[in-house]
Amino acid sequence: MIKRLGFIINPIAGMGGKVGLKGTDGEEIVKKALSLGAKKVAPNKAKITLKYIKDNIDGLEILTYPGDMGEEECKELGITSIVVGNINMENTTYLDTEEAALRMVEKKVDLILFAGGDGTARNIYTSVGDRVPVIGIPAGVKMHSAVFATNPLNAGKIVVDFFNNTNVEIRESEVMDIDEEQFRAGRVVAKLYGYMNVPYEQAYVQSLKAGGIYSDNICLEGIADYVIENMESDYIYLLGPGTTTKKILERMGLPYTLLGIDIVKDGEILVNDANETEILEIVEDKKTKIIITPIGGQGYIFGRGNQQLSPKVIKVAGKENIVIISTPNKLIDLKRRPFLVDTGEEDIDRMLEGYYKVIVGYDETYVYKCSY
Amino acid sequence: MSKDVKLRDFHQAKWDEPIIFELSIPGQRGILIPEVDDEIKDRVGNINEIVPRNIKRDKRPVLPEIAQPQVLRHFLRLSQETLGQEINIDIGLGTCTMKYSPKINEQFVRHHKFSELHPLQDEETTQGVLEIIYKTEALLKEISGMDAFTFQPGGGAQAVYSNASILKAYHTDRGEGKQRNEIITTVLSHPVNAAAPHTKGFKVINLIPEGDTGYPSLEQLKSVVSEKTAGMFITNPEDTGIFNPLIKEMVDIVHEAGGLCVADIADANGLFGISRAKEVGYDMCHYNLHKAFSSPHGSMGPCCGAQGVKDFLAKYLPVPIVKNDGEKYYLDYNRPDSIGKVRKFYGVIAAVLRAYCWIMAIGADGLKEVSELSILNNNYLMKRLLTEVKGISAPWSEGQFRMEQVRYSWEKLKEDTGVGTEDVERRCIDYGLQEFYQSHPPYLVPEPFTPEPNETYSKMEIDEYANIFKKISEEAYENPELVKTAPHNASISLIHQSAITDPEDLIVTWRVYKRRKGLK
Amino acid sequence: MSNKKNIVYPYMPNSVDSIKKEMMDELGIRSIDELYSYIPKQLRFQEKLNLPEPLLSEIELKEHVEEILSKNISCDENINFLGAGCYRHYVPAICDEINSRSEFLTAYCGGTYSDHGKCQAIFEFTSLMGELVDMDVVGLATYDGGQATCTSLRMANRITGRNELLVPRTMNPEILSQLRNYCDSMTITLINFNPKTGQIDLNDLKNKISENTAGVFIENPSYLGFIEEQGEEIGKIAHEHGAIFVVSADPSSLGVLEAPVNYGADITCGDIQCLGMHMGYGSGQSGYIASKDKPEYIMNFPNHFYSLYENDKGEFGFSRSLNQRTSYGSREKAVEYLGTNTGLWAITAAVYLSLMGPEGMYDLGRNIMYKSQYAIMVLSEIKGLKVMFSDSISFKEFILNFDESSKTVEEINKELLNRGIFGGKDLSKEFEELGNSALYCVTEVTRKSDIDKLANELKGILG
Repeated sequence: MIKRLGFIINPIAGMGGKVGLKGTDGEEIVKKALSLGAKKVAPNKAKITLKYIKDNIDGLEILTYPGDMGEEECKELGITSIVVGNINMENTTYLDTEEAALRMVEKKVDLILFAGGDGTARNIYTSVGDRVPVIGIPAGVKMHSAVFATNPLNAGKIVVDFFNNTNVEIRESEVMDIDEEQFRAGRVVAKLYGYMNVPYEQAYVQSLKAGGIYSDNICLEGIADYVIENMESDYIYLLGPGTTTKKILERMGLPYTLLGIDIVKDGEILVNDANETEILEIVEDKKTKIIITPIGGQGYIFGRGNQQLSPKVIKVAGKENIVIISTPNKLIDLKRRPFLVDTGEEDIDRMLEGYYKVIVGYDETYVYKCSY
Repeated sequence: MSKDVKLRDFHQAKWDEPIIFELSIPGQRGILIPEVDDEIKDRVGNINEIVPRNIKRDKRPVLPEIAQPQVLRHFLRLSQETLGQEINIDIGLGTCTMKYSPKINEQFVRHHKFSELHPLQDEETTQGVLEIIYKTEALLKEISGMDAFTFQPGGGAQAVYSNASILKAYHTDRGEGKQRNEIITTVLSHPVNAAAPHTKGFKVINLIPEGDTGYPSLEQLKSVVSEKTAGMFITNPEDTGIFNPLIKEMVDIVHEAGGLCVADIADANGLFGISRAKEVGYDMCHYNLHKAFSSPHGSMGPCCGAQGVKDFLAKYLPVPIVKNDGEKYYLDYNRPDSIGKVRKFYGVIAAVLRAYCWIMAIGADGLKEVSELSILNNNYLMKRLLTEVKGISAPWSEGQFRMEQVRYSWEKLKEDTGVGTEDVERRCIDYGLQEFYQSHPPYLVPEPFTPEPNETYSKMEIDEYANIFKKISEEAYENPELVKTAPHNASISLIHQSAITDPEDLIVTWRVYKRRKGLK
Repeated sequence: MSNKKNIVYPYMPNSVDSIKKEMMDELGIRSIDELYSYIPKQLRFQEKLNLPEPLLSEIELKEHVEEILSKNISCDENINFLGAGCYRHYVPAICDEINSRSEFLTAYCGGTYSDHGKCQAIFEFTSLMGELVDMDVVGLATYDGGQATCTSLRMANRITGRNELLVPRTMNPEILSQLRNYCDSMTITLINFNPKTGQIDLNDLKNKISENTAGVFIENPSYLGFIEEQGEEIGKIAHEHGAIFVVSADPSSLGVLEAPVNYGADITCGDIQCLGMHMGYGSGQSGYIASKDKPEYIMNFPNHFYSLYENDKGEFGFSRSLNQRTSYGSREKAVEYLGTNTGLWAITAAVYLSLMGPEGMYDLGRNIMYKSQYAIMVLSEIKGLKVMFSDSISFKEFILNFDESSKTVEEINKELLNRGIFGGKDLSKEFEELGNSALYCVTEVTRKSDIDKLANELKGILG
């Protein structure tokens, strides 16, 4: 069977970084970046990845997009590629990325490799969803999504691993982005757009020597059971997004939304996928606990993907009623970085700073720091 | 002296030895029991009629029947397929202090004046062994600065349990037994510091290292101490070999909150004469006499966790305590506040006797020499590994010297070559090394490797050790499959064992194996 | 450094100045204390430890230690009738030969490949014990028989979710003390015994057992020596109430006495010191736990399991398995806690059982029972003492009561000691209801002449 890789570069990704612009989404900004002397960074990063792939896989068919969206880079490395689609060579936009990704899916590639940042990841997600596995070469300014390899070389290794090994683990990983306008104004409004399927980087899979520690799933069940056993009937529970928190509802036999806020009281669902207004209407001044899990690889507990849990909501619940749950592996994967918060209100962020007893298993706690 | 120690062309003994039951030949005997005197038989009558019928065993146990030379040969072969400390450069099993156990001490332990002592003999006939216990206590008191010791716990873990028992008794006596139900420990402390207090009924809170230091911050500790805090169980240095310089402040914070502080000094090898439990302010501690104090590890015991406490806790120690009335030594059982027994009799006194001999053979200067050489050896090995071996790193406190051991990471090697720490571990056996200790879970350090080159290894051996890992790293970059399919020169080849997670798959007895296989 | 004498220590190869210097040069330091100078000053021990002057040569050390040891009088020198949890059985020479081997003596936690032989020996220990107790699952040896009892009863607690334990009033007081410490979160109730036989009072058991009972425990033979004959009834009562039946069995009796599983035991436990270990003033203790092959039992063992695997070449290998149960696998989430136990004694017991075989274990039990019955007969004839629980059958221990004598056990034992005999363990403090009594023990190493001498001396002392 022919191995087929889709390869897409967002050539303007990452240009804003060095000239102090936070991202390059939008034509004006690209012009501004160029006028400030910004140079394209994504193509060079992508070439590192590509070279490694070339040297380590035989018989791989690479589908790419014209010009500096992949075609040129392949040529420079002496790689024969199949070019699909057309672009305006002078001025590529996010629509080109979306179109490219769509074509790749249609051509039945096994894996899509792209170079870019969060904006690019979002575009890819719009076209691909969970239909084809994806891995990102980190080349953007913003990279809050968990779909990127740790560096371009490792992206190459993941691709090689994907095609050469039969049992590569695929994980659902977050696609996140923040509003650049607001970001440039110093405010971060991040959103969780969804999950893409990403081959897991083997180097960071912790070694389970002869059945060493419990698997993630057993930890998750332990966490969920412990939280369920300790639920009090006079509290309203707000459960944030993510597979960790939703394990609780799954084990309670309740319906849930993976990306939304679900509200529970007395073992019953009050609302699924509640927005801020609905949350505030329900909790009013009632005793409320918020159950959340940090975003994998990033560590955000508020302000990324759960904006519905707004400063007002947090204030009603109170810091002491924030319950953070996480598998030990998820904490280890943060690589010693603290949890982060970014609610948009500095005093709330400051209030949330400090140490939390994170539930990591049944009746098992690690103390973890949160900064802003 | 050159570092170019030649690597060995090693092959471990490979006997393909059958399971003992497969050697059975009906009728053979390994040893005989003397026939009962006729006079006794005449007097007692037929014993088969005396054994109560409803509890008489009618069928013999299905043990193998093997003559003496074959039993000896079988177990000698198994011994040859085992890499004891005495026959290899056993630097790998870090946290365990695999040091030389002086052979002369084995002679003492196997002398009938010790081995044939019954623990309940009249004290008049055990003055020698009581003197050893009493004097060893005195030595450990000085070494630690603690005020009283017991040797009853049968290992380090049981000593931690015994400390947790004393902690509970202390708070209960003060009327705070129910309220103070939380134990604080660090995630890098030996897991028993979480497990033993939990077994005693405490809730456990784990602190985790922050930033690049390798230890938790004071703010982190402050955020969890409260009126519920019963105490802190902590190891310092932890397996990283980084001495936590905030330890005194941490102890003070716990004390101010009304908790007690318990040190796990299972591995004291970097601390002799350098830093004592007393000066840190600990209330209790324990030493593993089978680690830093030279008693052999015995294929995982028997061993001794020497438990030491401050004066105000001494009344809780397990019974009995050895005392001296000025003329003779005696066992004091009259201790109403004691937590009782944690092990039968007085503990593994063989380990105490060996520890006594070991301390007496080197003295105060020698003890400090032990620690200084351990630290020197360790930093020498670290320098060689970090500068000469590709793919290895030592996370936390980078650039700083370490105490007696280091937790390294093969993360880079795995990233570069796909060869991980498990592969390296299996491969090092091919060069005549015992495998190495990776880490206690959770693996905060990815692809971990924790060697401990204590004072009983020579520079030449440490160089050989470093050269082996240099070689294995080269192999990983050049021919990763060679490393991934190791061992090639060990007693058995690679077993593709996915860890058993289902009890239905467990086979711990031959009878179960035979049943599963449908064998008779 | 400077104030230290320049001593080269035989145990420390790098204590030679020139080697130290070479290594220090490599690290760019002038003195070793630079390596730990970051330890805060107030935590540094500034003085020299106040310890006795060392005995640097092996000759001096040997003289010193042997002089201390010479103050002991061992059971090789006296006739011994002490038991009570630590026994003087014969230790075959091969047991000592194997456990003196450097490879086993100084190995530790090495695994499947580097310590294949050790792993196999441990698998053989659990397999041989499995045959002796007729059960499928045996854990790696634990600290001692007391710990084995404690853990077995906490297993019962976890499996049933119940919190009460019923144990015999006659049980080993040391183990009861361990149990009170280890199971302090549970209620421990003592079951009365029949004053004539020592046997469990079944009516008392029926009155005390309830739906809260996690485990019913007995020792067989009992601490006080008699064989408990009602095992089957006790097991039935326990099971009728959903409780787990735990029996501590002396392995040296299992050639002649039924394996507890066959009269209903769910867990069998005990001490293996009798299987090839010297007494060593109590150093030889080591516990075993065995259970049925059921997941709820298996997952509640806190000890390592060495499970058998076969590889592509048909080789057997052994690997620590189901580690998530243990505290090495999951810290406080684990089943109790785990640390270094008594591995060398497990290997030694494997050697012992391999030598003994089925006939050896039968002969051993038979020999001991002959001796104990003989001793009881001979001693019963002495005026001033009586054998207690004489309506029951003893295995290797029995109680001599001296109420009719004017002398205390302590006085009698002093006089026996003067005659080269270690008399039985004084029970008068721990079992007041038994009066002025002592627990005597005979084994296969007790000679007929030893028993006869004891009888003669007691006649003299009491007469």
